[in-house]
Amino acid sequence: MPIIKLSPKYSFKVPVNAQIITPDIFQGKTPEEIAKLQVWEGNRSKELGELFKISENGNDALETLVIEISGDLKKVRRIGAKMSIGEIVIHGDVGMHLGEEMEGGKITVNGNAESWMGAMMRGGIIEVKGNTGNYVASAYRGSTKGMRGGKIIIHGNAGNDVGNAMLGGVIKIFGNVGQFVGVNMHDGTIMIRGDCQGRMGAEMRGGKIVICGHVKSVLPSFTIEALRKRVKVEGEPIEGPFYLFLGDLNAGGNGKLFISKNANQHLSFYEKFL
Amino acid sequence: MTSLLIKNGFVFDPLNGVKGEKMDIAIENGKIVEKINEREAKIIDASGMIVMPGGVDIHSHIAGAKVNSGRLLRPEDHFKDVEPKTPITRSGVGYSIPSTFTTGYRYARMGYTTVMDPAMPPLKARHTHEEFNDTPIIDKAAYPLLGDCWFVLEYLKKNRIEECAAYVAWMLKATKGYAIKIVNPGGLEAWGFGRNVRNIDDPVPNFGITPREIIRGLCKVNKLLNLPHTIHVHTNNLGKPGNYINTLETMRCVEDLVENGKPAIHITHCQFSAFAGDDWRTFDSGAEAIAKYVNAHSHVTLDMGQIIFTETTTMTADGPFQFILYELSGNKWVNSDVETETSAGIVPFQYKRKSFVHAMQWSIAMELALLIQDPWKIFLTTDHPNAGPFTHYPRVISWLISRKAREKILERINRKAQRKSLVPTIDREYSLYEIAVITRAGQAKALGLKNKGHLGVGADADIAIYNLNPETLDLAQKPKTVRKAFERAAYTIKDGNITVKNGEVVSTPSGRTFWVNVEAPQAEIEISKKLQQKFGEYYTVKYENYPVPEHYLAIPASINVKAEVQ
Repeated sequence: MPIIKLSPKYSFKVPVNAQIITPDIFQGKTPEEIAKLQVWEGNRSKELGELFKISENGNDALETLVIEISGDLKKVRRIGAKMSIGEIVIHGDVGMHLGEEMEGGKITVNGNAESWMGAMMRGGIIEVKGNTGNYVASAYRGSTKGMRGGKIIIHGNAGNDVGNAMLGGVIKIFGNVGQFVGVNMHDGTIMIRGDCQGRMGAEMRGGKIVICGHVKSVLPSFTIEALRKRVKVEGEPIEGPFYLFLGDLNAGGNGKLFISKNANQHLSFYEKFL
Repeated sequence: MTSLLIKNGFVFDPLNGVKGEKMDIAIENGKIVEKINEREAKIIDASGMIVMPGGVDIHSHIAGAKVNSGRLLRPEDHFKDVEPKTPITRSGVGYSIPSTFTTGYRYARMGYTTVMDPAMPPLKARHTHEEFNDTPIIDKAAYPLLGDCWFVLEYLKKNRIEECAAYVAWMLKATKGYAIKIVNPGGLEAWGFGRNVRNIDDPVPNFGITPREIIRGLCKVNKLLNLPHTIHVHTNNLGKPGNYINTLETMRCVEDLVENGKPAIHITHCQFSAFAGDDWRTFDSGAEAIAKYVNAHSHVTLDMGQIIFTETTTMTADGPFQFILYELSGNKWVNSDVETETSAGIVPFQYKRKSFVHAMQWSIAMELALLIQDPWKIFLTTDHPNAGPFTHYPRVISWLISRKAREKILERINRKAQRKSLVPTIDREYSLYEIAVITRAGQAKALGLKNKGHLGVGADADIAIYNLNPETLDLAQKPKTVRKAFERAAYTIKDGNITVKNGEVVSTPSGRTFWVNVEAPQAEIEISKKLQQKFGEYYTVKYENYPVPEHYLAIPASINVKAEVQ
């Protein structure tokens, strides 16, 4: 299968809606055909070839189609939307809604990603080497059906509202996150290696949030359940100890919130309730 | 535009007894006429197609405060169903609660030209009419909610039917309403205090009046005022197992008020009121008992409230019911109390094939439509958007027309519901003539709309042409073709204008807003003096600011009736 390489012809001033940049749509097309695909730059309809340089490298060793994009893509939105196969590799920063409603395949970002990355995704893998914006893997406004499956790995920091209304899948963040992690989540796992600014798991009904760094406080609608030595994320143990909280009781929930004991000495007063 | 001639279509016009004969329809200046000069007329060749009067919808929540709250509550309902603007139409969104313009376009695409909004809180009449003004193509009207209004309850308690009638006449004029809507009589008033009424004889707290008295009182009022439509009733205990007994009681309670066998009561979205069983586990269908009663009596009309297996938004004025639904679904919700008048609630809801209760609900509505023999007594609705968006009407038509289509759905629903359902035992398949009755003629007749729902000389030139050939096609074997044809009308003609061609909107004239102007001057002057005093006590708005003036309506169309009260 070939590698298709894209790079912007100029720096974009207005948002480019490029949901057609997916292996599903590129598959079986020549670079000339791909260049004819329609995208929106602001309110103007354009052909992909007007915006990007497109070239193809044949590589028989590859089993699936790979799209490699390099350059500044901060204004380019919805790359990899609804993709189900293949791989997208991005060298540089990328815009909002990356991998929206993705079903399979893999996206790698060697740079930062903007907000709404992996929104409502159902499967596949997104790996970001840098930081991401807000609403990673969240449900769109009003919806109660967020990420359902798949995996997101972020090596940097993430913003607020990670995994809103999550129904399944795994999110691993190796940096810090903002507020409202896993709000309204029903199932799935969120692991944060760094600190969290608070209000984790508000209205959660199920699922698991693991925070290895510092948190200011736990919501009053959570109750302490136990002190655990370690916790498993995808079968892989993370050494603790961790406080285990259950909640959110306001929503009649039974979600699990693991908070590192060592990084949060100020929460030790909870131990007297054990 | 002035004259049109529709040639060689198979015409279905039940009110004039036309059953699919090939004939020509002539239109001049927005009306159907006997004859026109063929050389000057624009000719539409409808050979191989069916020609019906424009569709009439007796019950569909399309405008008003409640609908708009639903739009605000559900951004997720919109983002997947977006209609971009075209040179002719405006942009808009769907799905279960479409924006006003989209509502108009989508109805027109299905060949519908008259739609009634069945729940207008009188205090929110202005809002409703503002949205009507922005709903293009279709004619519309709204029913003010009067069953729990304090004034009505007080008059009926003192048994002052004539004064109540004068008040209702004033109210119809003030809100520019069309018919008397009664929702969970007494229950909404009780809901203001966190309670509900249990059955038709349970007194309303603080008023000591029973739902039976409210229904009977307003039925008498309806008769005194000679209103074109009957009372439009959403029964007590709606959506609760075992409520079909209550529904039968409701229909029975006005039996003695019937004159000349004319309809006296319309039970709306009857599917939700035809539940049997003691709880959700023993849930069963009460459709057979209701159908039996309706078959034996001529004073009742019903509409289906057919369930569609999809995600939708439930919204009714029945606040206590919506609270129950919120507790059942755990979904987000809105609930509100409209001063002294009514309440309302909104809850997003998903009807699932594999859910026993939802599958039974699907079956109940089908049983009602198939077991009630006379199509003039039952109408096709989905109680949009409560049981499903109106855009699914063609699907319901295909189920009614084809046993095969019903069996296909039955195969995929919950097993227990499959066993309990009566649908597999019923062979009846609707003919196109009967479909024309339940989707237009019957509804227009029940609404008392004299110029709608038929193609006789003098009727409004509201016509739908569908690309279906009943001569060459076995409809029962081709439900999908039927559905596709009804989804995209070949032509929709509104007041002599071609508004839709091949399923695409080609022009967007504004539709009328009907309202009933009851002439009862004497009684009205008296009542307005008393009203003015009480208004200060009861309302947050001034009496002078309350009525909606006629110039507020984009194209007002008053229907004048003469009351028996003086």
